[in-house]
Amino acid sequence: MRLIFATGGSRNRWRLNEMKEPNPIEFSGACPIPISQYPNVMMAHGGGGRLMHQLIGKMFLVAFRNPLLDAQHDAAVAELPGKKIAFTTDSYVVQPMFFPGGDIGSMAVHGTVNDLAMAGARPLYLSSAFIIEEGVPMEALWKIVVSMRDAAKNCRVQIITGDTKVVDRGKGDGVFINTAGIGVIEHGQNIAPQNVQAGDAILASGDLGRHGMAIMAVRAGLEFESKIESDSAPVHEAVLDLLKAGIEIHCLRDLTRGGLTSALNEIAATANRTLLIEEKAVPVREDVHAACEILGLDPFQVACEGRFAAFVKAGDCERALQILRAHSPNASVIGRVMDERSPAVYVKSAIGVQRILDLPSGEQLPRIC
Amino acid sequence: MKYLDEYRDGELAQRLAREIHRLTTRPWNIMEVCGGQTHAIVKFGIDELLPKQISLIHGPGCPVCVTSLEIIDQALDIAARRDVIFTSFGDMLRVPGSTTDLLSVKAKGGDVRMVYSPLDAVKIAEQNPAKEVVFFGVGFETTAPATAMAIYQAARKKLPNFSLLVAHVLVPQAMEALLSSPKCRVQGFLAAGHVCAVMGFDEYLPIASKYHVPIVVTGFEPLDILQGVLMTVQQLESGRAEVENQYRRAVRREGNPSAQELIHKIFRVIPRKWRGVGEIPESGLGLREPYTAFDAGIRFGVSSHCVEESPLCQSGLVLQGQIKPHECPAFGAGCTPEHPLGATMVSSEGACAAYFRYRRQPEPVAA
Repeated sequence: MRLIFATGGSRNRWRLNEMKEPNPIEFSGACPIPISQYPNVMMAHGGGGRLMHQLIGKMFLVAFRNPLLDAQHDAAVAELPGKKIAFTTDSYVVQPMFFPGGDIGSMAVHGTVNDLAMAGARPLYLSSAFIIEEGVPMEALWKIVVSMRDAAKNCRVQIITGDTKVVDRGKGDGVFINTAGIGVIEHGQNIAPQNVQAGDAILASGDLGRHGMAIMAVRAGLEFESKIESDSAPVHEAVLDLLKAGIEIHCLRDLTRGGLTSALNEIAATANRTLLIEEKAVPVREDVHAACEILGLDPFQVACEGRFAAFVKAGDCERALQILRAHSPNASVIGRVMDERSPAVYVKSAIGVQRILDLPSGEQLPRIC
Repeated sequence: MKYLDEYRDGELAQRLAREIHRLTTRPWNIMEVCGGQTHAIVKFGIDELLPKQISLIHGPGCPVCVTSLEIIDQALDIAARRDVIFTSFGDMLRVPGSTTDLLSVKAKGGDVRMVYSPLDAVKIAEQNPAKEVVFFGVGFETTAPATAMAIYQAARKKLPNFSLLVAHVLVPQAMEALLSSPKCRVQGFLAAGHVCAVMGFDEYLPIASKYHVPIVVTGFEPLDILQGVLMTVQQLESGRAEVENQYRRAVRREGNPSAQELIHKIFRVIPRKWRGVGEIPESGLGLREPYTAFDAGIRFGVSSHCVEESPLCQSGLVLQGQIKPHECPAFGAGCTPEHPLGATMVSSEGACAAYFRYRRQPEPVAA
């Protein structure tokens, strides 16, 4: 059996994205992140930006290093006798647990199903591990479980194994869920960041930023009136339809933490390619855009839970767009891969000037005025 | 999006840029005062549409960036205390003090919370009577009314556990301090539209005439800024030095009198130290009697902190418009948004952060 262990889940992708750095240092046993810089883990170490990439690149990837880890994809691809499978895992810690358009249960199914889909796999089985804080109302837990059951049924996957832990009150935050997933790969395409090619069209599978803004709108202390619902949804059907139609897919990436900006920068770095995005072509719903403007956030950096970027052969762009639009009417062609062999993402601004689309540093911090 | 997309129209932007090109006959240095304008200029690439003769100088208009190291150290001292819930605007949380920042204090167990409004901090104080709740009040005249309202409400509700660490600063005094420096290269100003929405623009009239500089009250969208530049160039080229209002959809000459009244009721004008610039007389707001009871500096006994800034950081020169961010030797080397030496690298409105985000690789690819 050949096991190609490529990565973890999208919320916490183990990708080395600091391409400009020399070869990562060998793991010596000493903590590779200088204590003087960050003696403690900060929220930004999980925020999808530069600090998270540094943590993953300098600690996890170096510690667990093996030649197969470098593929840095949403799901690992393993070959079993006569079968190729995709394997992934992801943890869900969303607060609040219930939000407009979804809850932690459905999200835990969709997120892992979507990671499998990013390898072009048909999702089959999930595991489900619960870490529950003492005192969580049984009714809330049941609601989450029912939501997971329905989401799994809808995605045609089965939850076939699990684990339950309860921690003292105050030592958790309601319910945390980890799901791992296995899917089967039934196509012969090489869908991976390394396969991105000059001229490829870049498509967004739908409008961006709804999940992040739906959560912001209900988070304690930040309530504002909004009808924004999370975009949490499975995307594997859209991917399987692309494959069925024979679209030449070079890379897929779901747009979770860090949003479009993180996803494109990760791919540009891994593929060593320059990407160019048209700001005006990126679909962002008006209310999401307005909420971002008010809160001082960048919609390109806001998380989605049912959206992905697809890199397809230029000639297949139109057909791919039609297929994606059948699943989400706002799917759009947002940019292309340039000839340059250097890792960079540029965006053509609304007034027609090009600038860098850089990774966020840490958490997005709203402007004050 | 309505009321926004109209001000980001590419064709109209090009038309304004052509008009600026047509009018410009010699070099002009124009300072945009507000960090929000700096951010928009760099984000949209507005300066690249302008003639080479026009140099935009990024002014001291990011309140996060100009908050002195001393007050930040005071904030860090208070925030680390066990009985305190420390609240501020998001931008403020990552600003480095002498040894640490508020997010690091939070990671070590401090109760540091981001709020969008000072009134949220008052609410937190009501909900947590056993805790001392401190709001770190930062900003220009734009945010001062909201901070004043928080104090007004806390006083009315007789909240004994609410206090304010005040770092508010005033724009016209800073402009005047810049203009009075012999090194000043600024020939015209885009004044900060939001500040003027509160204060009006009468206080700029004596500055324009004393220093013979055009001052154009300007908004924050690409077309606002281009039109502001156009109006400034028109004045410069014809030798005028007047106060004009580009941002008419938001700014009235008299400003917002109720907001001004509230500011004057709660605050008094005091000298204030600006990070990277030094002390400017009459450039800050402090609590007025009887509201000094809400002064967190006094309540927590931290008012006497005195610290030196990093000698490597040239943010002072950046804030004064004497160098561009990338001309600082520390830019992108010792100083990045992850490890900022100075506050201009931290805030999303800071000139250095804006350059770092959008300008690090100078040569854009051919489209």
